[in-house]
Amino acid sequence: MNEPALGGMVGTPLDRCEPLFRKGNTNCGGCGMSITLQMLRHAVGERRVQLIIPAACAAVAGGTFPQATFGVPTLMTTFASASAAASGAASVAALNGEDVRVIVLAGDGGTFDIGFASLSAAAERNEDILYICYDNEIYGNTGGQRSSATPAGAVTTNTPDGKAEQKKDILAVMAAHRIPYAASISLAHAEDTHRKMRTALDQKGFRFLHVLSPCPTGWKSEPALGLELVRLAVRSGLFPVYEIFDGKRHVVNIEPDFTDEALNMYLSLQRRFQKSGLSASDLRPAIDRYWQNLRALSGRIVPARRDA
Amino acid sequence: MTVELLSANHGAALAATLAARANRKGRGFCSGVYPITPSTECMEYLCQQTIEKGRVIRVESEHSAMGVCIGTAAAGARTFTATSSNGLAYMFENCIAAASLRLPVVLAVANRTMGPPWNIWADHSDALTLRDHGLIQFYCADNQELFDTVLCAFRLAEDRRVLMPVMVNMEGFILSHTVAQTDIPHQAQVDDFLPLTDIPHRLDDVPHTLGQIEVPHQTEMHRWQHHNAMLDVLQIYAEIQKEFEAAFGRRLPDAVVAYRAEDAETLIVSMGTIGSTAERVVDKLRAEGQRVGALRVRLFRPLPTEAIRAHFVGKKHIAAIDRNIGIGLGGVLWSETRCLADPATVMQDYLAGLGGGDVRPEHLVKMLADLVPRRSAGAPAIMEAV
Repeated sequence: MNEPALGGMVGTPLDRCEPLFRKGNTNCGGCGMSITLQMLRHAVGERRVQLIIPAACAAVAGGTFPQATFGVPTLMTTFASASAAASGAASVAALNGEDVRVIVLAGDGGTFDIGFASLSAAAERNEDILYICYDNEIYGNTGGQRSSATPAGAVTTNTPDGKAEQKKDILAVMAAHRIPYAASISLAHAEDTHRKMRTALDQKGFRFLHVLSPCPTGWKSEPALGLELVRLAVRSGLFPVYEIFDGKRHVVNIEPDFTDEALNMYLSLQRRFQKSGLSASDLRPAIDRYWQNLRALSGRIVPARRDA
Repeated sequence: MTVELLSANHGAALAATLAARANRKGRGFCSGVYPITPSTECMEYLCQQTIEKGRVIRVESEHSAMGVCIGTAAAGARTFTATSSNGLAYMFENCIAAASLRLPVVLAVANRTMGPPWNIWADHSDALTLRDHGLIQFYCADNQELFDTVLCAFRLAEDRRVLMPVMVNMEGFILSHTVAQTDIPHQAQVDDFLPLTDIPHRLDDVPHTLGQIEVPHQTEMHRWQHHNAMLDVLQIYAEIQKEFEAAFGRRLPDAVVAYRAEDAETLIVSMGTIGSTAERVVDKLRAEGQRVGALRVRLFRPLPTEAIRAHFVGKKHIAAIDRNIGIGLGGVLWSETRCLADPATVMQDYLAGLGGGDVRPEHLVKMLADLVPRRSAGAPAIMEAV
């Protein structure tokens, strides 16, 4: 096992010994999904886990038969079926009194788009599933096409002049299902991520985690800068980090500083925004509107503390 | 054994319920269901049952219904669902996934025309689209046969040598909504007949991945294994027939059901309820001195080619009756079996009852009157034009 990391929080003897995601996998360097799985390993500890994965980069990363990258029992499903298959697997576990966490690991295409109907239905039924969406804002596996998670202004292989439409607000949509727990996760904030993963793992019912997952290949960014990009997205207010309990109680976890400096830095470090020439002043009004609403929902008009 | 008055839809659901309860000491039962005419009553009936260690999930689409069945079977429990026509088309990719993952899902299909244009009546074209993807397919002719076949389907699907989905087909309305007396076994008999579900590759604690990437030669070998396991079903089904008879005291019909076919000069080959009609026509024409027989293909996948070939030997004329159309070629039953007939046999395709039209004895009589004078087969003919 590696040395204890993250301020002694992870890599301790309490953590799961076997990695969830083994070395030698085929993910690109700097992939946010890889980081998500390393974080999840530490959060999972000794809990029994099964993974359900729809068509996604994660399905490719799972390895070629008969090798397996995932260190836990894993089922690959069709693109739109992860939530349905997870409903079946979680039901069987419950019927047999087994203390197993059934975790869906899906990309934004499988969550925001093609898998949305089955996701919404499983959330409506409040199935006992932890759903983790690693959102790289693109169909990465097929070479980088737009999804409804792609932000406006981003060039993708099928929006060569930049996407015109806004990103879907998936967390608000999931909150509207009044599920017990929904949260957005910043991989650049390990302590917050760890706490939320633990909360989500040990909550009953449908839990949804939305991870902003840097994709150097699709974002045309430097692989080593992934976490820095996430930090900038959080600092600028572009990616709000908060959690929602029972679709009602909103808690903002990380206070941005809302600087144009952070926002411009975020945009300029990714070549996908180059063509549309997007700048902080283009994005600021929408960010302000979003936060105004979030402040009202969370009941905190004044920022609590500054973490970013 | 009790006798109940049940529709075929309810019969299928009751058979599934008994099978579900039979696994209460195993890993239980879970099913994803979604309504569609004419199979709706099947899922409704299932939803009304109390199943110890069982759950029926009312999902948002057929695609997810099969998705739930995949997750359930992957977790090692017994599973079942029912659908029709566009619902089957909507769950198409998951049916193939269940088959290729070698998961024992039992699927009752009330066959219905594909739309739009919307048509809710019987047609085999929905199920036949799935003939090439590794699902076992039965086509039933009456209520008792359907009930028994669903029970047997669990045994067959979960057999270690088989491990693949089984589709049990009934023509929409014609059979699905026909109410008839059905012998229902006691739970204890079903418990004895169905071993507890034991899926060797289920998700447990051993890290392994189901459905991951394969390279071409691996896929080639897996398809080949699947194909050979499917062919073995012909033999395994014969074994299960014997055990079924021992358990319930009645015989499951053969994979191919021959009726007064041995000395026949003219043979009617068909699937589903048209096979019953053909038997009545055979009786009528035999009484008039014509040497006519009938052959009903009950098991369509795997196709019992040797049995069909044996029944085709020496026939002068064979009428293939298809309640389906492979557009651009002709009837699917005809196109799949014509190569099994002797070169000298005149085998003619008749498309009948497409979109749910009645196929009555007089229609079959008319087709035979068209067939018998023929010295060579023509292009597939449609019933109304004969």
